[in-house]
Amino acid sequence: MTAATSRYEAGRLPVARRTVRALATPGGAIYILLGVLLVLLFLYNPSLGESGQFMRFIGRTAPIAIVALGQYFVIVSGELDLSMGAVISAQVVLAGNLIGQHADRVLPVMVLMLVVGIVIGLLNGVLTTLFRVPSFIATLGTTLIVSGVTFYSTGGAPSGNPVDSFRAIGRAGIENVPLLGFVPYSVIILVVLVGVAIWLMRRPFGRLLLSVGDNQAATALTGASVWWLRTRGFILSSIASTIAAVILVGYAGVSPVVGQGYEFIAITAVVLGGVVLGGGRGWVLSAIAAAFALEVLFSLLDFVGVQSTWRPAVQGVIIVVALGAPLLRWHRGRRHSETTVAPSPSPGESVED
Amino acid sequence: MMFGVIGALALILTGCAPGSNTSSNNSSAPTAKPNASFSQAQFDLENSQRTATFVGDPSTPYLQYLAGAMVKPAGFARTTPGKVCFSNAALSNTWRQTGWITMNQQLAVLKSQGVISQLEARNAQDSDNTQVADIDYFIKENNCDAYIIAPNSPQATAPAVQRACATGKPVIIFDRGAGTDCQTSFVHSVGGMAWGIDSASFIADNVKKGGKVIALRTAPGVDVFEQRWAAAQHIFDQAGLTVTDYLTGADPAKIKSTITDEIAKGDIAAVWVDLGDQAVPAIEAFEDAGKKIPIVTGEDNLAYLRAWKDKGFTGFAPVYSAYQWRTALLAVADLFQGKEIPKNWVLPQVPVKAAELTAVLTKNAGMPDGQYARFGGEDLPGFPKVWQDRVIP
Repeated sequence: MTAATSRYEAGRLPVARRTVRALATPGGAIYILLGVLLVLLFLYNPSLGESGQFMRFIGRTAPIAIVALGQYFVIVSGELDLSMGAVISAQVVLAGNLIGQHADRVLPVMVLMLVVGIVIGLLNGVLTTLFRVPSFIATLGTTLIVSGVTFYSTGGAPSGNPVDSFRAIGRAGIENVPLLGFVPYSVIILVVLVGVAIWLMRRPFGRLLLSVGDNQAATALTGASVWWLRTRGFILSSIASTIAAVILVGYAGVSPVVGQGYEFIAITAVVLGGVVLGGGRGWVLSAIAAAFALEVLFSLLDFVGVQSTWRPAVQGVIIVVALGAPLLRWHRGRRHSETTVAPSPSPGESVED
Repeated sequence: MMFGVIGALALILTGCAPGSNTSSNNSSAPTAKPNASFSQAQFDLENSQRTATFVGDPSTPYLQYLAGAMVKPAGFARTTPGKVCFSNAALSNTWRQTGWITMNQQLAVLKSQGVISQLEARNAQDSDNTQVADIDYFIKENNCDAYIIAPNSPQATAPAVQRACATGKPVIIFDRGAGTDCQTSFVHSVGGMAWGIDSASFIADNVKKGGKVIALRTAPGVDVFEQRWAAAQHIFDQAGLTVTDYLTGADPAKIKSTITDEIAKGDIAAVWVDLGDQAVPAIEAFEDAGKKIPIVTGEDNLAYLRAWKDKGFTGFAPVYSAYQWRTALLAVADLFQGKEIPKNWVLPQVPVKAAELTAVLTKNAGMPDGQYARFGGEDLPGFPKVWQDRVIP
C-alpha cells in the first residue's frame, strides 16, 4: 500500500483500462451523460444535423461554458465565486451604454471592460485571501456592489443595443467552412479559451492551484504564495465573465437580466463535471462538458415540450439526480476499495493498485 | 454507474413526451384547466372599454376619461402649493422610466404654476415590504398634502394604502390596482386584459385555425403579465390556435435559444409577447436561423417599432399608456385647484397599427430605443431633449 501509489508513474496502464477507469469517476461519467443527452437531442431535433446547425448550437452554449470554465479555477482552489452573474450583467450594460452606436468606441470599451473584470476579480481574491472573508460572503458582497453600481448608473434599465459591428462577435461567424458550414466566432473563442485553460492547468500555476484546494497548509510550506494563487483564480473567473458578457451582448442584446443565475448554472456545471466543491480535485474539460450537457438538457426540454410552469422543477430534478447518482455510486465503490487504493483516482490520472 | 441517471432521465423525458402535457392542450377548451387570473367579467369590461368613446380632447389623451362617477374636491382644495408624496413600486423597466421622466416634466409645470410645491418620491425597487415601509414613512412624517401610490402588488400593499387613506388626504392610485377602494381616484389606462385582447386578436385574425403560436411570458404571478396572458390565452383558445408558452424572465439569451429550438420543431405562425422587450430577441432568432420572420407582436417601445419597420414583418404594438404617470400628478393638481376628477379615471389605450407605424417613428426620430411612442409628453417643457438624454431624476 505504501509503495503502490504514484500519480505520475511512468509505466501507465493501457489506454483502454485507463479510459474505463476515468469514465467511472464523476468527472468521466459526465461524458456518458453528455453522449446520451446529445443522442436524445438529435433524435428530437434532426435538423441539428443540417450544415452549420450544430455549430450554431455550440455557439449558443459558449457563454455558459466559458463561465463554467472561469468558475472551475475558483472552485478547484477551494473557493466559490457568486459574483459572476452580476459581473456579466454589469459588463453587458456597460457595453450597451458606452458603445452605443459608435463603432470607434468598441476597442477602448472592451479594454475598459477587461480592466473592470480584473479589478473585480482582484477585489474578490484580496477579500477572500488577505482579509479572510469566506468567499461565499465576499463574492456575494461584490455582487451587491457591482449590481448596485449598475443599478445606480442605469436607473435599472439600459439604453439600448450597441452597434452591430460589436454585436457581431457574439452573433456572426465564418460562413462556408468546409464540412462544418458555419462557425460562429463564439465557438472559436470557446475553443481558444479551453486550450488556454488546459495549458494553464498543466503549468506550475495549475498544479499549485489544485494543490491549494487540496491542502492549503502543505502548499504554503512548499513556498507557494497561497493568496496570489487563489486571487489569480478569481481574476480568471471575472475575465471569463467579461468574455461571456461580450458574447452575450452579441447573441442576445442588452438587458440587465442577461447573466442572471449564471453563477449557479456554472457551479452546477463544475460540480456535475466531477470537480469537488471543496477544491483540490477535478478536470477542467469535464466542467466544460457538464456545462454543455446542461445546455443540451435545457434545449431538450424545449423539444420535449414540458409545460412552462413545470420546467424549473423538471430541470431541478434532473440536475439533482444527475449530480447525486454518480456520486453515490462512486462513494460506495470507494468505501469498498479503500483498503487497496489510498488516494482516490482522478480522471486523467492513473493509479496503480 | 451512469445507468441510474440515464434511467431516471428517460423516465422523466418519456413522462413529458410531446403531447402529454404541453400547453398546446390548453387549446382544447373543455379539458383545459382555467387560468386562475381569468375573469370573464373583467374581460368583457375591458373588451368594451378599449373601443369606447372617451370624454375630452383626443390630442391630450392624458386628460381623457370614461364617463362615470366624479369625485368632489371638497376639503382638498388649497390656496397655497401642496406637497405630494409618491410611493413608487419600481423604476426597473423602460416603461416605468419613461413615465417617471414625463411625470417630472409635468411636475416642473405644476411647480411654476404654484400648484405643487414639492414631490417627495420613494422607490420600492419591486419589493412589497419596501413599499409598505415607504408609505408608512410618509404617514409618520405627516407633512404630505396628497399621496400618489403606484402599487407593487395590489393585495400586499392594500393595508398600507388604507392607512394612507385614513389620514384624510387625497390618495391617488395609478398603474396597478390597490386591492382596496378607499382611494380618492384610481388612474389607469384600460388595462392588462385589453392589452392582451388587442394583441391576441390581431394574431387570431391573421393566423389560420390550428396555426402554431409561441407565447413568451415574462414571469408567473405578476399581476400585469398574468392579466395580459389570461386574456390572450382566452382569445387563442377561442380561435383554435395551438399555443406553446414559455417563461423567459425577459432574458434575451433565453428567448433567443427558445425560439431557435421552436423554429427547428416546425413552422411558427406567430410569436406573442407579454412585454415589448421580449420581441426583439425573438425577431433576431428568426433572422439568425435564416427564416422568414412571422407575425411578432410587441409593444410601443421604440426598439420594437424600429425592428418592425426595418425588417418589414407583420407586427402589432399593443399599448399600456405611459402618460398615466403624468395624469396621476394632474389628478392631484385638479383636487388642489378645486376641480372634480373621475373616481375611476380610465385613460385610453390605443395600439400602434401598421398604418401609422411610419408616422409614429418619424415623430419619435432621435429618441432612444427605451422610449415609448405613446408617452404623451410632447407638449411638456424639455421635449424632446429630456427624453433623449434619459437622465433618471
